[in-house]
Amino acid sequence: MRYVIIGNSAAAVGAIEAIRRCDAENPITVIADEPHHVYSRPLISYLLGGMVDETQMDYRPRDFYTRYRVEAMLGVAVTQVSPQEWSLALTGGGTLTYDRLLIATGGRPFVPPVPGVDLEGAFTFTRLDDARSIARYIERYGARTALVVGGGLIGLKTAEALMARGLRVTIVELADRILSMTFDHTASKLAESLLRRAGADVRTGLTVKEIVEKKGRVDHAVLQDGERVECDLVVFAIGVRPNVGFIPPEAGIRVNRGIVVNRRMQTSVPNVYAAGDCAEGYDLLLGENRPIAIWPNAYRQGYVAGCNMAGVEREDEGGIPMNSVEVCSIPTISVGLTDPPEGDGYEILERYDRATPAYKRLVLRDNRLVGAICIGVVDRAGIYTGLIRDRVDVTPFKDYLLAGNFGLISLPREYRKHLVVGEGIEV
Amino acid sequence: MQRIYVNEEYCIGCRLCEVYCLTQHSRSKKIIKAFKEETPRALARVVVEEEGPLSFAMQCRHCEDAPCVAACLTGAMQRDERTGAVLCDEERCVGCWTCIMVCPFGAVLRNVSGRKAASKCDLCYGEQTPVCVAHCPNEALVYEERD
Repeated sequence: MRYVIIGNSAAAVGAIEAIRRCDAENPITVIADEPHHVYSRPLISYLLGGMVDETQMDYRPRDFYTRYRVEAMLGVAVTQVSPQEWSLALTGGGTLTYDRLLIATGGRPFVPPVPGVDLEGAFTFTRLDDARSIARYIERYGARTALVVGGGLIGLKTAEALMARGLRVTIVELADRILSMTFDHTASKLAESLLRRAGADVRTGLTVKEIVEKKGRVDHAVLQDGERVECDLVVFAIGVRPNVGFIPPEAGIRVNRGIVVNRRMQTSVPNVYAAGDCAEGYDLLLGENRPIAIWPNAYRQGYVAGCNMAGVEREDEGGIPMNSVEVCSIPTISVGLTDPPEGDGYEILERYDRATPAYKRLVLRDNRLVGAICIGVVDRAGIYTGLIRDRVDVTPFKDYLLAGNFGLISLPREYRKHLVVGEGIEV
Repeated sequence: MQRIYVNEEYCIGCRLCEVYCLTQHSRSKKIIKAFKEETPRALARVVVEEEGPLSFAMQCRHCEDAPCVAACLTGAMQRDERTGAVLCDEERCVGCWTCIMVCPFGAVLRNVSGRKAASKCDLCYGEQTPVCVAHCPNEALVYEERD
């Protein structure tokens, strides 16, 4: 029996590590269009900013494929999947057959239909080669200014990396505030002020209308309101779409906002699984399926897929959107539903010390924590995540949730015991 | 595997576990030097929580399905195949604090004294018994194999 995994990132590694825990024998093939040893995708902004070098990019040691007995076909793209023939068509005309297939192809950056997006100097930023290309471009042309389109987490990390390289950066975000998907209004404004203090120009409620060339390269951009922004390069960081272009309709693999999967990460076609940013997995908070494009989710889903592919039944507990990033050296963590619609039965607990800065916001519903933002003070934030995941009734210790010494000691004894002693003792 | 178990009923909040943990993870491993001479001072990877008469020491549980290992962006957080301990390779850690976000025990600490890196219990790698357990005067911490 042959396992085939399309993709070579977090979900693929999760699957490989799971399969080899259950099945030491059968061959595993990993096939990916990127010609690189498995690397940590989130580190590409660190690489561009010079915080890490190329040697620090590896997500797993160099002997990973050998140790896990994986045949790595890197630099080869899958052009079509044909479940009826149990086969994949590859670039160059080859084919590959499988018995169990995992689709872990991640996301493809979305680029808006704006004049000039194909110019030299216009980039997306999701891959190692993007970081290298942008760095080369900056060197070659002595780029000094940049426009980042998109004020989400990728946009922010891109902007910080470019600033670390000495570029003057403008961030343009269509929503009325940056990080609107992960933060509430206060946290967004705080992040915005940190970025401004670091030298970035942050423009919200706007997007780019046109990128204008000079000698075939990016010269400047024009925003929707007609304003001209000087930029030697543009990076589109609006978001990603599931990378599923090689799945034809006749394959019968259902794709909604991502590849539709059940809790075992099985697609609508037998023996074909999907995991990571390309999949529409289970959202623990919403109780429904949707893609949550974050690294930890991809690994966990990949791991669950791997177990099931190897015949060991396992259900995915579900994911929660969460992110931990430093914004201008200030640590920030956001978990779950951080900005619920007003009223609607949500209760908000907040604490904001502007000077430090330190901001905490907890969102509750029916006395259960459903979201948390921590800025400046992130220590022990995982305790909140645990309370969200386990849907713990916080009524007995609600008043301690924002206390400076909040810890496991604030939790009911039975829950603490349950955590510490492990399964078997339930709350 | 052998793990550290916490008996909060026996903990007297003396914080000797913190003292010995810090010392063990200092450069000199000498108590006076570790506290008085070394800068930056090493971090204890065990935290004593205290509220009135209740206290206990908490360090990494080395979970079977460790969320920090699954979530780590760089692969720095890994399970040691020989001992089963969850260890952070501080050289590969970039200090993104994803592990802090997912640890339900709050057992991963930020070390920002030098190069930023996650700091956590390593079960005193190489020692027979973790020093926090060895120096606990009241068996509030024990190191044993349970199933």
